[in-house]
Amino acid sequence: MSTNQATLVIEAGRMERHYWRDLWRYRELFFFLAWRDILVRYKQTVIGIVWALGRPLLTMLVFTLVFSKLAKLPSGGVPYPILVFAALLPWQFFSSAFSGAGESLVTNAAMISKVYFPRLVIPASAVIVAFVDFLISVIILVGLMIWYGFAPNLRMLTLPLFIFVAFAAAMGTGLWFAALNVKYRDFRIIVPFVVQFGLYISPVGFSSSIVPEKWRLLYSINPMVGVIDGFRWAILGGNTQLYWPGFLLSLLLVFVIMVTGIFFFRKTEKTFADVI
Amino acid sequence: MSTVISVENLSKKYIIGHQKQERYTALRDVLTDGAKRLTHKLIHPFAAPVNDPTHEEFLALKDVSFNIKQGDRVGIIGRNGAGKSTLLKVLSRITEPTSGKVSIKGRVASLLEVGTGFHPELTGRENIFLNGAILGMSKIDIKRKFDEIVAFAEVEKFLDTPVKRYSSGMYVRLAFAVAAHLEPEILIVDEVLAVGDAQFQKKCLGKMEEADKEGRTILLVSHNMGVISQLCSTCVWLDKGGIKDIGQTGDVVNKYMLNGVAELSGEISFEHDPKKVAQLKKMTLLNQEGNVAQKFDCDNPINIKFEIQIRKKLPGLYGYIGIFKPDGTQVLVSDSFDAVTINPLDDLPVGTSTFNVTLPPRTLGHGDYRVHFSMASQSADNFHVDVPGIVCGFSLDDFTSKRGNQRAGFFSTLMPWSKLEN
Repeated sequence: MSTNQATLVIEAGRMERHYWRDLWRYRELFFFLAWRDILVRYKQTVIGIVWALGRPLLTMLVFTLVFSKLAKLPSGGVPYPILVFAALLPWQFFSSAFSGAGESLVTNAAMISKVYFPRLVIPASAVIVAFVDFLISVIILVGLMIWYGFAPNLRMLTLPLFIFVAFAAAMGTGLWFAALNVKYRDFRIIVPFVVQFGLYISPVGFSSSIVPEKWRLLYSINPMVGVIDGFRWAILGGNTQLYWPGFLLSLLLVFVIMVTGIFFFRKTEKTFADVI
Repeated sequence: MSTVISVENLSKKYIIGHQKQERYTALRDVLTDGAKRLTHKLIHPFAAPVNDPTHEEFLALKDVSFNIKQGDRVGIIGRNGAGKSTLLKVLSRITEPTSGKVSIKGRVASLLEVGTGFHPELTGRENIFLNGAILGMSKIDIKRKFDEIVAFAEVEKFLDTPVKRYSSGMYVRLAFAVAAHLEPEILIVDEVLAVGDAQFQKKCLGKMEEADKEGRTILLVSHNMGVISQLCSTCVWLDKGGIKDIGQTGDVVNKYMLNGVAELSGEISFEHDPKKVAQLKKMTLLNQEGNVAQKFDCDNPINIKFEIQIRKKLPGLYGYIGIFKPDGTQVLVSDSFDAVTINPLDDLPVGTSTFNVTLPPRTLGHGDYRVHFSMASQSADNFHVDVPGIVCGFSLDDFTSKRGNQRAGFFSTLMPWSKLEN
């Protein structure tokens, strides 16, 4: 550790001065906490990390069966499993990051009341945990593409951009819920509800092109619509079209949620130890 | 030496709820609070509710000011709820003060709990890294000190066992070992030495004393006056959120003990101190069954048993026991010249000797008492050979007399009443 002789001043309403520098100093803690959560999740399990593959794979199978074989929804010339999986990737990342981050402060209450560190580390590391699962799921996507002989085009290169948007959406909502959950445990009940509900109102099992044109903009108020459409646009390539007004609206909302989320979190953070 | 911590007019206010059991609020309650308040809530969600009769302000810290110089070892004492932990939490930046200012120069590490962030499912090795990171150590630091930490904790064989299978002793040792190897400039410690066995506590104290040589500043909260006296040069006595006294440890601790707020027990032992030619090593208050006790009743004797270590023969050595009320009133004195034959402490052989002094039944009235002990000798270089001061405490109940604990006065002696023939 480097010797830091700067004088630290603690005063009411003045704690944020070195916040971002502190956050940088505690960067290792991010990874340690994420590493802990990943390790703990698969401790004392027989098949361990394979679970991370099983969950999205089974969901994909069920969705394909229900929406393609039973409901006979159109896929736009793309193998239905790939259509579903391209959406399942961001959705599962979002839902597990969102619920993980939302619960994170409460589950780490003991740490919050006994040690100082920028509290942002906790929800952020929960998002990282979800991101690791996401990366593992990408393997399945690659497998599916090989299986169906489906070659992506150059749009694939824009995928990191959409991943970033998904990250921001998960982080923004996660921060809001994490901070609110500290004081109002009601949000503990709301989180699983949002995740369950969100699956139905997001175009995961179907393509958002089946939504009537006049409702598309309204539909895009759900920020995950933009994220999922973006993922499909980048992964499926070909004749998949992006509905730009809707996408930009989603993007704007993600941005607003992210910025206000950080702001709200920072504002309430100082009282966490007192109310948690 | 420069000032490293300066605290100016520090106050911390908590809002305490009266009816609600939970510390958190349910949104339902907020909603029923009415639309106006809800709007207020949504704008300032964490602000204190306005004019809420179920909430009351509580000042955990009131206008506290003091300075600490580099290398000082400061003990913080006070009754439960005096604000000690709140002070440490503010200094460690866990909670924000309501008003006032603190300036800290140097890297701070605080240890408010042993094993914060330990995960039961993780192995000893994994927990060392995790806990180290939580306490603010870098990965490189942890790697460098890893072997030292493991050796200190004495858990080599169980490094790859999940800590949930550790014995509680091993768990505490490992947790403390990580913390003991932090190398901050300022170390803040809250009553963590209370855990673990005596031998390990001694090791930890040793480790903390080592820190002193490196010019490290230490702030320590403890209820154990022995630890405070041994480790700290300066002492802050907090009472009801304010500073009651601040100064040299010996003075402050003695005043604190006499004030009757110290948590005294019927048992105390002292660390080996080679500077003292004769030293009180241990004192216990025993009931009639020979068990250590703190609560006695007026009808039974109290046996004060103590062990003295003699390092050099001292002619004329005598012991002194004083019994005080919590307000400092001395109610009884006995010295070793009270012995039936000769003074039993005179010219003791080198080594340990054990003694017993009996406080006969029906002597003192009901209430709380402190036991003061000291030894002196004219032949020693320093007349006051060993003055541990207030060492034990006990309480007396009067169960049998008619008035019982309502009986006023200093004594519980039952006086014989008789009717004379006229």
